[in-house]
Amino acid sequence: MKKILLTLFALAAMSFSLAQYDGVEIDIVTFTGPQIAEPLQRRAPEFEAMTGAKVNVITVPFSDLYQQVLTDLATGTNSFDGAVFAPQWMVDYVVPGYLEDLTNRVAADEALEWEDVAGFFRNFSSTYQGKIYTIPLDGDFHMVYYRTDVLAKLNLAPPRTWQEYLNIAEAANGMDMNGDGEADYGSCIGKARNNQAYWFITSIAAPMLQSKGTSQGAFFDTESFKPLVNNPAYAAALQIYKDSTAFGPPDELNLGVGDTRGLWSAGRCALTLDWGDIGTLAIEEGSKVANTTGSVINPGSSMVLNRETNELEACNASLCPHAVNGINYAPFAAFGGWSGAINASADDQVKDALYDFFSYMNQPSQSNADVTVGITGFNPYRTSQFENIAPWISAGMSEEFALNYLGAIQASLNSPNMVLDLRIPFNQRYQQNVLDTALAQYLAGELSLEETMDQIESGWNEITDELGQIEQLDAYRGTLGIK
Amino acid sequence: MNKSNNIDRSSNTGDNIISNPVNDWLNNNAANIFLLPAVIIILILSVFPLIISAYLSLSRFKFVRGGFDITFVGLKNFKKLITGSEKRHFRGSLGDLSIAQWAVVALVTVFFIYILWSYLKSKNFKIAGLIYRIITFSIFSWGTYFIMQNLSVNGRPGTIVVTLVYVFVGLFFQYFIGLGLALLTTQNLVGKRIFRVIFLLPMMITPVGVGYTFRMMTDTSKGPFEPLWKAFGLSDFSWVTSAWGARWAVIITDTWQWTPFIFIILLAAIEGLPNELFEAARVDGASRLQILWNITLPQIIPVSTTVILIRMIEAFKIVDLPNILTFGGPGTATESLTLHSFFAWRALDVGQSASVAYMLMFISLFIGISYTNLIYQRFVN
Repeated sequence: MKKILLTLFALAAMSFSLAQYDGVEIDIVTFTGPQIAEPLQRRAPEFEAMTGAKVNVITVPFSDLYQQVLTDLATGTNSFDGAVFAPQWMVDYVVPGYLEDLTNRVAADEALEWEDVAGFFRNFSSTYQGKIYTIPLDGDFHMVYYRTDVLAKLNLAPPRTWQEYLNIAEAANGMDMNGDGEADYGSCIGKARNNQAYWFITSIAAPMLQSKGTSQGAFFDTESFKPLVNNPAYAAALQIYKDSTAFGPPDELNLGVGDTRGLWSAGRCALTLDWGDIGTLAIEEGSKVANTTGSVINPGSSMVLNRETNELEACNASLCPHAVNGINYAPFAAFGGWSGAINASADDQVKDALYDFFSYMNQPSQSNADVTVGITGFNPYRTSQFENIAPWISAGMSEEFALNYLGAIQASLNSPNMVLDLRIPFNQRYQQNVLDTALAQYLAGELSLEETMDQIESGWNEITDELGQIEQLDAYRGTLGIK
Repeated sequence: MNKSNNIDRSSNTGDNIISNPVNDWLNNNAANIFLLPAVIIILILSVFPLIISAYLSLSRFKFVRGGFDITFVGLKNFKKLITGSEKRHFRGSLGDLSIAQWAVVALVTVFFIYILWSYLKSKNFKIAGLIYRIITFSIFSWGTYFIMQNLSVNGRPGTIVVTLVYVFVGLFFQYFIGLGLALLTTQNLVGKRIFRVIFLLPMMITPVGVGYTFRMMTDTSKGPFEPLWKAFGLSDFSWVTSAWGARWAVIITDTWQWTPFIFIILLAAIEGLPNELFEAARVDGASRLQILWNITLPQIIPVSTTVILIRMIEAFKIVDLPNILTFGGPGTATESLTLHSFFAWRALDVGQSASVAYMLMFISLFIGISYTNLIYQRFVN
């Protein structure tokens, strides 16, 4: 009798939940997969079975995503009910009032286990001016990956500085690292234009630009809003970035992270700079580096920019208060992690269904599994995902690599000198347009080092003049927590 | 039956229509009234967007709460292109000319002076015509100097010269290959009908498909020709690291796709030539080369100049191939003006995007009008 009653109760609960969003259809836009789109598409039928809501995932190329979302919202086309995008673009969507405020929904959602989401993603990536607008689905930090076997063969330790990175790349370049009899590459970094190159240069420049903690900022001076792109530190970073090309694949200037990740899994690179994705891709079926991948916090620098003298100076207690053994580390929270947001103009029922879908994706029972799968593109962002290594081991990681991989991310996450990504209005124009173009021209030899810095600085200043220096400075100081 | 016919005829002649001012006005303006819908459609679809985009090129555009904000900024967007942060991107780097490059500039200038001199002595001489020619030739001479500066050892082409290279180098190959194929398929060769269809195929494929196909073919590490590259010891070579290698890849792809357009039009022109001309030439003992040189080519000049004009206008707008094949790289080496405009638009810098588009329009309009006035009309007429 008890079993019958329980079954009837379960059926009643299921029919209630099926009816909850029956007939509701939600359209979500994100970038062309497989990463990010894959888990959304894979989880959509599960969600539909539970709630009745049909989830359509529309994909566009990464370089088009920002303006596709913005023009859709701004013109009132509203063909998308929600979007999964870079939280650093949030400011351009929130200020005109296009995004739904999720603060109350998050507060009322116990299944979300919000406090388990790491503070950085809760308080920075998801939040703007005290209100929550996005649900994080991914955690993003740049890290350096190295081949443990190659470094052992060379008797070298993982790189602590970018100069050491270059030295290892040079030493390893030309070695056969996957046993196919062909020479492989010392360093693989995706340097193609319209891809992710502009984040990588920030990772290299960051430890030379920011040394006094997160609130110092690495993009602009927090008093004058002068861009920090035309100084000895940025020149050194550009030079390192260019020098690494000599130890990379011949077509590195045309490779995006999709390509370099493929090269890594094929065992063709000794070093790479990437987000957390490499860690989980390395253990996927077919990978040749499942047991030979190691990761480390972004390399640092023993020389940092003294902003008063505008010179690169050796670290000391006052210049680098957070230095470890004389090396200033400034891990870069590049991109901020893919996050879901809801169109404020969507129907109420669609908003409810969409919120529930994002919540479902974020809840530990789903996300703790998704972050261990390479193709999802999702990297850990919950405290429990760092503390419990069991899912990582069952996904195929060795305990040693799981601790190494999660440790590198945690070291970045806990760093008092973490560099926040640029999140001022129209940051996409500063980075994806001006910076990316100048970088591509510099790497291709079209611009000299001085011309590159001059072009970035004048381009950024032109945008600032256009948008208003005071407003941009206020926004920048706001993101860094400066009153 | 006869009666009804009579009624119809009388009504057709308008004998029964009562004359009044409205009917008279309608009769007098019938042509304009019938044209009006077409004019309105053109105004809405073509002229109005042209005016709006002209205004945008002089403005800053941004989305704000509840809509968008357009601020008039005068010529700032154009200034940014020519002397501001976009100057190296748009106009490239201007280097010092070698002796050979100075010779090219001098040769072009002397050629224009000769044409001016010929015009001065001709019966058609008019002051307005002279002024027009002086302005046009001065711009062309300066343009040649500018291109040579871009192509010099320490110079670098910006998006203007890259676009001109695509247009004129591409057009050169497309015309001569298209002409060769057209002449070949008018001969009595086995399978010529099949080849006509095969030669047309590239034009029917979407440029996105063509771009991706050539991107795969030119990939030296994974593409289908990888074993070939390897056999020649070039497995560590990549054309994308070379600016001119990448530009040639775009030109070859564009030529592959658009030669059929010129081919099919020239084929129609050649096949439409009266047979009597060729029979008379053969009776007079003309060789095949003489027939080609003295009959076929002169006869198809009007069609050739027309097809070149159409293709040239179209080629100025090239965007899909460099975007897919090379992402505009390495650096900005393969970026055309349209792609430059697209990248600015994608970053929602609408004013900048419109200013690049207007610069493209000025350049293509100037070259198109000059071509029409100085070459096209002369040959066609």
